[in-house]
Amino acid sequence: MSSDAAAATIDHHFDPTTSTGIPNKKILMWAFLASDCMFFGCLISTHLIYRLHPPPGTLPARQVFSIELTSFSTFILLMSSLMMALAVNAIQKGNLRSMRWSLLTTIFFGCIFLGCQVYEFRNFVYEKHLTITNSILGSTFFTLTGTHGLHVLVGVIWLSGMLLYSFTGRLTEKQAIDVESMGLYWHFVDIVWIVIFTAVYLLEYI
Amino acid sequence: MEAVAKSDFLAKGESAAKPLVLWRPTAKTGLMSWLTTVDHKRIGFLYGISGLFFLIVGGIEALLIRVQLAVPNNTFLTSAQYSEMFTMHGTTMIFLVVMPIGAAFFNFVMPLQIGARDVAFPRLNAFSYWTFLVGAIIVNLGWFMKDGAPDAGWFGYAPLTTRTFSPTHAIDMWVMGLQLLGVASIAAALNFIVTIINLRAPGMTMMRLPVFTWMTLFTSFLIILSFPAITIALVELMMDRLFGTNFFEVSNGGLPILWQHLFWIFGHPEVYILILPAMGVISEILPTFSRKPLFGYPIVVFSGASIGLLGFGVWSHHMFTSGLGTVATAAFALMTMAIAVPTGVKIFNWIGTLWGGHLSMRTPMMFALGFLWMFMLGGFSGVMHAAAPADLQQHGSYFVVAHFHYVLIGGSLFALLAGIHYWFPLMFGRKVSEFWGKMSFWLVFVGFNATFFPMHFLGLEGMPRRTFTYDANMGWNLGNLISSVGAFILAIGIGVYLVTLVYTYYKGEPTSRDPWDARTLEWSLPNPVPEYNFRVIPTIHARDGWWYEKRHEQEVARESVEHAKAEDAHGGIHMPFQSVYPFLAGVGIFVGAIGTAVIDPADHSLYPGFWGPKIAVTIAGGAIMVVSVFLWALEGAEGTHIHLNEDGSVKGEDPHAGYAPRH
Repeated sequence: MSSDAAAATIDHHFDPTTSTGIPNKKILMWAFLASDCMFFGCLISTHLIYRLHPPPGTLPARQVFSIELTSFSTFILLMSSLMMALAVNAIQKGNLRSMRWSLLTTIFFGCIFLGCQVYEFRNFVYEKHLTITNSILGSTFFTLTGTHGLHVLVGVIWLSGMLLYSFTGRLTEKQAIDVESMGLYWHFVDIVWIVIFTAVYLLEYI
Repeated sequence: MEAVAKSDFLAKGESAAKPLVLWRPTAKTGLMSWLTTVDHKRIGFLYGISGLFFLIVGGIEALLIRVQLAVPNNTFLTSAQYSEMFTMHGTTMIFLVVMPIGAAFFNFVMPLQIGARDVAFPRLNAFSYWTFLVGAIIVNLGWFMKDGAPDAGWFGYAPLTTRTFSPTHAIDMWVMGLQLLGVASIAAALNFIVTIINLRAPGMTMMRLPVFTWMTLFTSFLIILSFPAITIALVELMMDRLFGTNFFEVSNGGLPILWQHLFWIFGHPEVYILILPAMGVISEILPTFSRKPLFGYPIVVFSGASIGLLGFGVWSHHMFTSGLGTVATAAFALMTMAIAVPTGVKIFNWIGTLWGGHLSMRTPMMFALGFLWMFMLGGFSGVMHAAAPADLQQHGSYFVVAHFHYVLIGGSLFALLAGIHYWFPLMFGRKVSEFWGKMSFWLVFVGFNATFFPMHFLGLEGMPRRTFTYDANMGWNLGNLISSVGAFILAIGIGVYLVTLVYTYYKGEPTSRDPWDARTLEWSLPNPVPEYNFRVIPTIHARDGWWYEKRHEQEVARESVEHAKAEDAHGGIHMPFQSVYPFLAGVGIFVGAIGTAVIDPADHSLYPGFWGPKIAVTIAGGAIMVVSVFLWALEGAEGTHIHLNEDGSVKGEDPHAGYAPRH
C-alpha cells in the first residue's frame, strides 16, 4: 500500500491509525463542543432567569430590539454555514481553488454578521440607551451575544488563517480534517446563534 | 510565490514543504528540556511535584487554622487572616492538590495502561500544565501583595465577592486564577478523552480497560461538562467587578441565588472529579495486593458511570437552607440518596475483591484499606446530609466539615498517597521502605481521625463553620483541642511520608520490573519507563493484560517479534518534537492575567483616553498568547521516527521531519 495510492482514495470518515477509526481531531472538537454547549447553556439560562425577574422600570426588550436587522444577520450566518460545508467538501476532493472561494465567502458572511452586531450594539447603546451597566437586561444581553460574537470573531480569524495557510502548499487533501474540524466549530457557532435568536429575540415577540 | 503557483494542485508528499518553524528545541536534559517537554510522563511529574508542593502550602494553612481554634478566644490570627486561611486552604487543597495529583496519575499511568506511546495531543497536554501553573500562581499571588490573599471562601458566594463588599484585587486574582485552572482542566480532560477513546492498543476493548483508565474517562467528562458552569459564574462576576454589570448587583435586580446554582452545578460534580480518580487507584491496588482480579469489573465500571451521571443532578443539596421549595428539596434529597447506591455497590465489590484473597499488607495496601474504611465513614455522614430536614440542622456546622474531610482526606488523599507508593517503583525504579511507609500511614491515619472525628460532635453541638474563635463556655473546648493536636500528628505523618519519598528517590532500594507482580499493562515496562514507552505496541488478550502476558510468554514473544518487524517496516516509532510554544502561550496568559486581575485601572489624569498600564499589559499578554498559538499551529504535529534494538536502545533516527502518520 504505497502512500500515493492511498492518497488517491482517502476515506475522510475512517482513520486506520486510531482505535475507533474516527480521526483524533474530530473527537477532540466534538468533546470541546459538548463543553462549549455548557458554557452557552449557563449564559442563556442566566438570561432566561433574569428575563422573568425584571426590576421595576426596565425597558421592555421589544422596544430595544430591531428584529428585521437581526433576522437578516441570522440568515447571513446560516448561509455562511452552507459555504463552510462546501469548503469542507472541496478540500476532501483536493480542490483547493474551490475551497478558497468557499472559505472566502464564509469569512465575508461572518464579517457581515459581526458588522451587524457592532451596528446593533452601537444602536442599542446610543439610540435606545441600553448599556451593559444600566440594567440587568443590558448585562445579560450584551454578555451573552457578546460571547457569541467573540466566538464568531475567533472563527473568522481561524478561517482567515486557514485561507492564508492554503497558499503555503502545505494544505492538501490529507489535511482535510483540519478544515473539517474548523467547520464543526463554525456550524456549532451557527447553531448556538439559532438558539440565542430564539431564546433572546423571538421569545419577546410571542 | 512558487508555493502559490503549485498549490492549486494536490501535493503528493509533505517533504516538499519546508517546516514553518522558527526554533525547534532539542534539549533532553536541563531546564529547557522541562519547559519544552511534550512527554506525558514528564508532564505527569510536573503535575505531581506541583501538587505535593501545594499540599505543604495548604497543610500549613490548615495548621494555622487549627492553632487559632485550639483554645477559646484565641488571638493567634485576626478574623481577616482567618478568612484568608480557610479560603485559601479550601481553594488550594481542591484545585492545586487533589486535582493535579490526580492529573499526574492520568498523565503518567493512563497512556501506559492502554498501551499508548503518548496522549493524543502532546503539546496541548503541555499547555494544560503551564496554564494550571499560571492559575495556581495567580490565585496565590495575594500572599505577596498588600491586598492580601482571597478571603471570601472557596465557594466565593456573590454578592460577598462583588466590588462593593470585596473591593481589593484579592478576589480579582481568585476569579482570574480559577478561570485559568478551569481552562487547564478542560484542555487536559479533552486530551484524555481522545486518548482513551482512540489510542488503545490492539485488543484493548473498552471492557478490557483498567478501572483506573475508566475513572480517568469519567472524570474527564465530568470536567468538560461541569467546569463551564463555574467559568460562566466567574465570568459574570468578573464582568460585575471590571465593567459594572448587574449580574449579582441586588439593587439592580441581580439574584444572589444564581451564583449558588451556577457554582454548585459545578461544585457537586467537582467532588466526584476529586473522588473518581481515587476510586480508580483503589480498584488497581486492591486486586494487585489481594492477588485476585477485581470482583465484578463491569459493575464497578457502570457504578462509576452512574455516580458521574447522578452527580449532575444533586447540586441543590448544598442549598437546602436557601428556600428552594418543598418539591425541589425533596427531589434533590432523593437524587442525593440515590448516589449512595452505586457508591455502596463499589464498596461491596472492593470487599468482594479482598474476600478470600492472599492479602499482602504492603504500604499501598495499607493506605487503600484505610481509604475503604474512612471513605465509608464519610459516605455515612453524607447520607445524613441528604435528608433535608436533618441537613437544616447540620448546615454550616462543623458536622459538614467533618463529613467532607472524611471523603476528601480519608477518601481522595488516602487513595492518592496509596497511588504514589504503588507506582513509585515504576516511576523511579526504587521502592519505599516498608517501615517508614507504614509509619507514615499510621501517623496519617491516627492524626486524621483525631483531627476530624471530634468535629462530628462539635458540629452537632452547634459549632459554626468559618468563625475565627469561640467562647470558652460553649462546651467546644475539648473537641477543638483534640482536633488541633490531631492536626499536628497528621502533619507529622505527611512530613514523614514526603521525607521518605525524597529519601527513596535518591537512596531507596532499587527494584526490578513489576515488583508487585501486578496485573495491568504499565507494569510490563522496564523502569524507568523509556521515552517511547513500548518497544512494540502490545496486543491485549484479556482484561488484566499483563497478567495474561506473564502466563503466555511464548505466544506474546512470537507476536511481539512480528509486530516489531511490521512497525519497523512502517517507518518505526513516531516521536513528537519538543515545542516551546505551549510554554510561551502560558507566559502570555500569565502576563494577560496580571493585567486583568492585578494592575489598578488607569488613573485618567495620568493616562488620558483608553490606554493605561492595565489595558496595555492585558493586550500585550493576549498578543503573546495569540502569536504563540499561531506559531504552535504552524509548527505542526511533526516528529522523528526512531528504530530500536532488541534491548530497547535506539538503533537509528530518521533524519527527516515527518507529520504524524495518518495513513
